[in-house]
Amino acid sequence: MPTNRSVSDAAITQFVNCRILRDHRLQREDLWVREGKILNPEKLFFDEEGFADHQVDCGGRILAPGFIDVQINGGYGVDFSRAADDVSKGVGLVAEKILEHGVTSFCPTLVTSPPHVYHKVLPQFSIHEGGPGGAGVLGIHLEGPFISREKRGAHPEQYLRSFAPGGLADLLQVYGGLDNVAIVTLAPEMPGSLEVIRQLAEHGITVSLGHSVADLSQAELAVQHGATFITHLFNAMLPFHHRDPGIVGLLTSDQIPKDRTVFYGMIADGIHTNPAALRIAHRAHPAGLVLVTDAIAAMGLPPGRHTLGQQDIEIDGLHAYVAGTKTLSGSIATMDMCVRHFLQASGCSVEAALEAASLHPAQLLGISHRKGTLNYGSDADFVLLDDELHIRKTYIAGQQVWRK
Amino acid sequence: MTDHKTGTRSHDSRLFASSRTERSGAAAVVCAVRAGTMRLVILEDYDLASEWAAKYIRNRIVQAKPSADRYFTLGLPTGSTPLGCYKKLIEYYRKGDISFKYVKTFNMDEYVGLPRDHPESYHSYMWNNFFKHVDMDPANAHILDGNAADLQKECDAFEQKISDAGGIDLFVGGIGPDGHIAFNEPGSSLVSRTRVKTLAQDTILANARFFGNDLSKVPTMTLTVGVGTVMDAREVMILITGAHKAFALYKAIEEGVNHMWTVSAFQQHPRTIFVCDEDATLELRVKTVKYFKGLMHVHNKLVDPMYSIKDYKD
Repeated sequence: MPTNRSVSDAAITQFVNCRILRDHRLQREDLWVREGKILNPEKLFFDEEGFADHQVDCGGRILAPGFIDVQINGGYGVDFSRAADDVSKGVGLVAEKILEHGVTSFCPTLVTSPPHVYHKVLPQFSIHEGGPGGAGVLGIHLEGPFISREKRGAHPEQYLRSFAPGGLADLLQVYGGLDNVAIVTLAPEMPGSLEVIRQLAEHGITVSLGHSVADLSQAELAVQHGATFITHLFNAMLPFHHRDPGIVGLLTSDQIPKDRTVFYGMIADGIHTNPAALRIAHRAHPAGLVLVTDAIAAMGLPPGRHTLGQQDIEIDGLHAYVAGTKTLSGSIATMDMCVRHFLQASGCSVEAALEAASLHPAQLLGISHRKGTLNYGSDADFVLLDDELHIRKTYIAGQQVWRK
Repeated sequence: MTDHKTGTRSHDSRLFASSRTERSGAAAVVCAVRAGTMRLVILEDYDLASEWAAKYIRNRIVQAKPSADRYFTLGLPTGSTPLGCYKKLIEYYRKGDISFKYVKTFNMDEYVGLPRDHPESYHSYMWNNFFKHVDMDPANAHILDGNAADLQKECDAFEQKISDAGGIDLFVGGIGPDGHIAFNEPGSSLVSRTRVKTLAQDTILANARFFGNDLSKVPTMTLTVGVGTVMDAREVMILITGAHKAFALYKAIEEGVNHMWTVSAFQQHPRTIFVCDEDATLELRVKTVKYFKGLMHVHNKLVDPMYSIKDYKD
């Protein structure tokens, strides 16, 4: 039939025979896509008298928003923190590979490094949309160097820093610039942190608390100054204590500003957090849970010795340790593994598990109007999954970019 | 078309192989051959009534063999009554037994002033309950625009669209508890055309359940086809189910033609079918119900055998 569409002549694809995640429920609805965005079919029908050009049968599968990983240090041998000259090549490789795990957007993460590494590496990253070449880059996650010595975990001690007077100006010195930065993880108990937090938040950068020995009141102050995230809850922070819950207490704190949600990253790989702890966090504050992989360069590689930041690590099964110790150095679980583990361990609904990997990270970054949902007008980044939540196909901007 | 002076009506009934002209000698013979029919089809419950109605519509469309040269025109209702019928039609489409590609639809009414994408607008209703599930060409789906700048002009244009489409082959409608067809409330002219109507209090109350039982949110005006508009259709099928519609059905078919119960106008239509469930007949005389139930074997010939487009694949 000839087209008489008034808005656009671009091809329209209708995904049929699927269960889409919309309004927090899996619903039997078709998904319509035009020009890389989710289309409102009712408007198309009545306003434009338009119809679909192609129909794609989804075989009764689940259609969910593409996953967003806000903490990933590398993978497939690529270490984002390594002072390389061809950073974009490494980012490109990881971006392409993680499509298999259902990740359509991510925040490449850099661990504590010396200023010269930041100066060399940061400018080589660019924020860009995903496509057939790989997942999109939403911005860099800088984890360190303004973190606690005691809770540094796998971060190299010699490059840790405290805040110098001058707040943000000093950060700009250390990092060399914040143009393509989406998230900064810091320890709020360090003197001078509150002013930095405030300024970073004002610049639209998400501030995360982590690798810290802060008590609850210090953490609450940080949130009041603009912090909105907790980096890998439970790991690299003081344990929950009933008279001082520490950073963990933010999940149920009554000192959070009314219009704010505190999100928290969880590495649901079955190793970094005991399933019982995962359940406690989820039940206390389900709306804030953000699944992250915290994947390291070794993710996707065979067992053995590999490099992370300025240190060496050892792979043993699904565990990755700082070489020669029993300190966990990061995870090698993939995002879809984390979603499945979270579903099974927490007993939550399929919708909740999927939202923890899509909607919540999008809300954290303030981009839920275009990512993390299948609402009309959103970017058409989505995945087709079977009922056990294995990824079958990945789409970015309505185009199939990976299939099993 | 109605000659308003003499009240005579002429129908272009291509499907029934006869046409009624202004009174003349030849016409008298033609009229005698072309008898009017009123059928009261009574099924046991809502689901069976919905299915019977859907089967009938399916047979009519399939047997008409609509094509790009000659569409089948359907008048359509909204509300809770026809939902079961729509579901069955969708089922038949999914099984490949019917296509709506060459069907033009004209809805009876739409609220004035309600945004088109409001969940309770009749556009939303038709999209969610019918259009999105079948292969309707959007250019062939006509619903009155309750947000038009000039409402009466919109109504006149709608009448013109029906006329341009060659008139309506089958108008499917429902009945309100106050006996209204479309939004032709008690007191409406029985020769009315598509126009703006203010809703009766009964109707506003009946609709409140769709607006969170908040009377202030229920629209008070609608655009509606007139009684005369529906009377112009070559065939009319009225769906009536539920005990709350029983009194209206009684008034519609056991009492006289009266503008206080506008559905009664169809007593004078040459081809009308009332499809009901048992509950809707509760206010009728036992004699009436027995008579029409006794005719079910005749009525069922209209839906058995069931025709499918698969039968016509050349």
